Amino acid sequence: MTDKFKTEITANHRLLDLHIRETFQYRDLVWLFVKRDFTAQYKQTILGPLWAVFQPLFSTIVFVIVFGNLANLTTADVPGDFQIPSFLFYMTGNVCWSYFSTTFNSATRVFVDNRSTMGKVYYPRLASPVSIAFAKLIAFGIQFALFMLIWLFYVIKGGTSIQITGWLFMLPLVVLQLMVLSIGLGITVSALTTRYRDLLMVITFILELWRYLCPIAYGLQLVPEKYYWLYFLNPVTPIITTFRYAVFGFGYFNLGYYLIGWLITIIVLFTGLICFSKTERNFMDII
Amino acid sequence: MIMLKVENLTKRYKLGQIAETTLRDSFQRLGAKMRKQKDPTRPIGQDFIHGEIFTALENVSFSVEKGERVGIIGHNGAGKSTLLKLISRVTAPTEGKIALNGRVASMLEVGTGFHLELTGRENIYMNGAILGMRKKEIDDKIEDIIEFSECRQFIDTPVKRYSSGMYVKLAFAVAAHLNSEIIIMDEVLAVGDMAFQKKCLDMMNAVSRNDGRTILYVSHNMGTIRRLCNRVIVLEKGHIIFDGDVETGIERYMGSTRMLELVNVYDDPHRHSGDGEIRINRTKILNKTDYPIFYSGENISLGIDFSAKESFDQLAFRWVIYSTADVSVGMATTETDIQANPGDNYLQMDMNIDQLAPGKYVVYLTGYSVNEYGYNKVHDTVSDAFVFEKVLTTDENNRMDWKHNEWGYSMFPMIQHK
Repeated sequence: MTDKFKTEITANHRLLDLHIRETFQYRDLVWLFVKRDFTAQYKQTILGPLWAVFQPLFSTIVFVIVFGNLANLTTADVPGDFQIPSFLFYMTGNVCWSYFSTTFNSATRVFVDNRSTMGKVYYPRLASPVSIAFAKLIAFGIQFALFMLIWLFYVIKGGTSIQITGWLFMLPLVVLQLMVLSIGLGITVSALTTRYRDLLMVITFILELWRYLCPIAYGLQLVPEKYYWLYFLNPVTPIITTFRYAVFGFGYFNLGYYLIGWLITIIVLFTGLICFSKTERNFMDII
Repeated sequence: MIMLKVENLTKRYKLGQIAETTLRDSFQRLGAKMRKQKDPTRPIGQDFIHGEIFTALENVSFSVEKGERVGIIGHNGAGKSTLLKLISRVTAPTEGKIALNGRVASMLEVGTGFHLELTGRENIYMNGAILGMRKKEIDDKIEDIIEFSECRQFIDTPVKRYSSGMYVKLAFAVAAHLNSEIIIMDEVLAVGDMAFQKKCLDMMNAVSRNDGRTILYVSHNMGTIRRLCNRVIVLEKGHIIFDGDVETGIERYMGSTRMLELVNVYDDPHRHSGDGEIRINRTKILNKTDYPIFYSGENISLGIDFSAKESFDQLAFRWVIYSTADVSVGMATTETDIQANPGDNYLQMDMNIDQLAPGKYVVYLTGYSVNEYGYNKVHDTVSDAFVFEKVLTTDENNRMDWKHNEWGYSMFPMIQHK
């Protein structure tokens, strides 16, 4: 008779019991969730996933008209005489932002949206937010492909300051940081939304405001350099500026601020994981 | 091998409206607490103090061996569902420990984890993945699952177009075929048709016997418990009051509701069924003064108070006798010549129970009439109308204890030998 059991469920929760390995074992489930979210979202629509393109495209056009032509805000990250088509400039910011805001928003609702399943059956709860991060990556991929097409058009046409550099290889890292940050923030807040549904409403406003704290509608040049230390505490900022550096071949990059961005991202992720694993144990009793 | 071990398991819930808390309420409560005022968010007229708790399960311990089929029975609120929820890891225990030796497939509700927009096939993969299976493992089983579910024709249709019956069939087929060592079911079988129910029970029996899979099954249907389980745990108010063989367990569960009373009044409308032309209001056992315990040779003399909406002249009453383990034992009826006037009526009847085996019985009482075409019209049935016990005088039946499982419930007169 052995007293060794494969699984033990106890009343005591260890702080660092984050179920990461278990979530990895359930990777097929993560993949199925991704597929489910994707098919469910676009089922019975005519354009299907093409809808993903419209939202950032629409924002970009609005930004070109409002901030570019009417308000005439700068689109430069660094001083100098660079020629960047304003459409491309606004699109970089909007594509990143669109991924961040949709992922963050869905991740905050993860307990509320999945309570019917989670209330009946066990699986590592982390599989749900992780699948969200990947599902939204599909839309991001489509938007990014469109961006690259337009980018390529300008590169071939010439007459702009775009240079193809080795910085392009930074892109995967930038996207990774974007994913980690959105999901980390999302699950931190999701732990709170099980108790306070108000947060779900508040988040819409916060996101709207946050968008203008990032260099999306304007170039970094608009911000006085002496406030950069404060401005770069917003972890989305280095992601967007680095993204632009990578695709345009020039721009603003400060290793210090970039690493601080990563540091904040990692801290956010672990805060999120801890809150999440604490909440997942008992949230069914509250929700 | 022990598959499941539950040790001192306790689950408490906080009472009060914690679910509807908003951020503003939290701040209000905090503010009131600091100013030492009453909680402003507490509903008026409600006496719950925040933090008051309800104990759904207390100090429950048991262990289940490989291949056991355990039925969990108890009244509503006894803690059955809480127990299953804890074992299937939907929520965490307050105290105590659950140790599992294998994967758990839980079916706490029909179509757990099904997504309406996905097809039956996609949902099979989904469900399998939720149970922790890899895609390859499911590939090996998918044909069996589709075959068992009887849904082949619709397998590539989104499940939102399924009927509820098809839904259960698919859900059940998935849970039964996947490689989980422990299967948890909460009365899911109640939805399928009879043929499918039987198929499911046979299947569960087979997987448990052949593959040694362990089953935990919660149901209020003693018939299915009896057919599936080889062990029963009876819960009452969060405690285990019985753990052992099926018949004794069922009897314990049934017995705890049914009291030996001489006078029974039927005010509760839920106990009545029928067209309501007459209504049985009260019964009284007339030939006993303390308990309705009858010895060999004694008749049951019963007085019935009933009210009728119109006058009848061809009314009849029948008794359907059940054992306390909820097995139907037999039926007896009066002739169809009882007369009744509109309003209150009283009737006295005598019932001979010589052929009934010793034991405790429950009577369902029905008032009915038969029309000229032989059509039987039920006016009122009272379930669990009254309980009585039959006891043998000592020298009867060669002083053997009656074995209901083997001998049934009829006792015929002594055989005469020449």
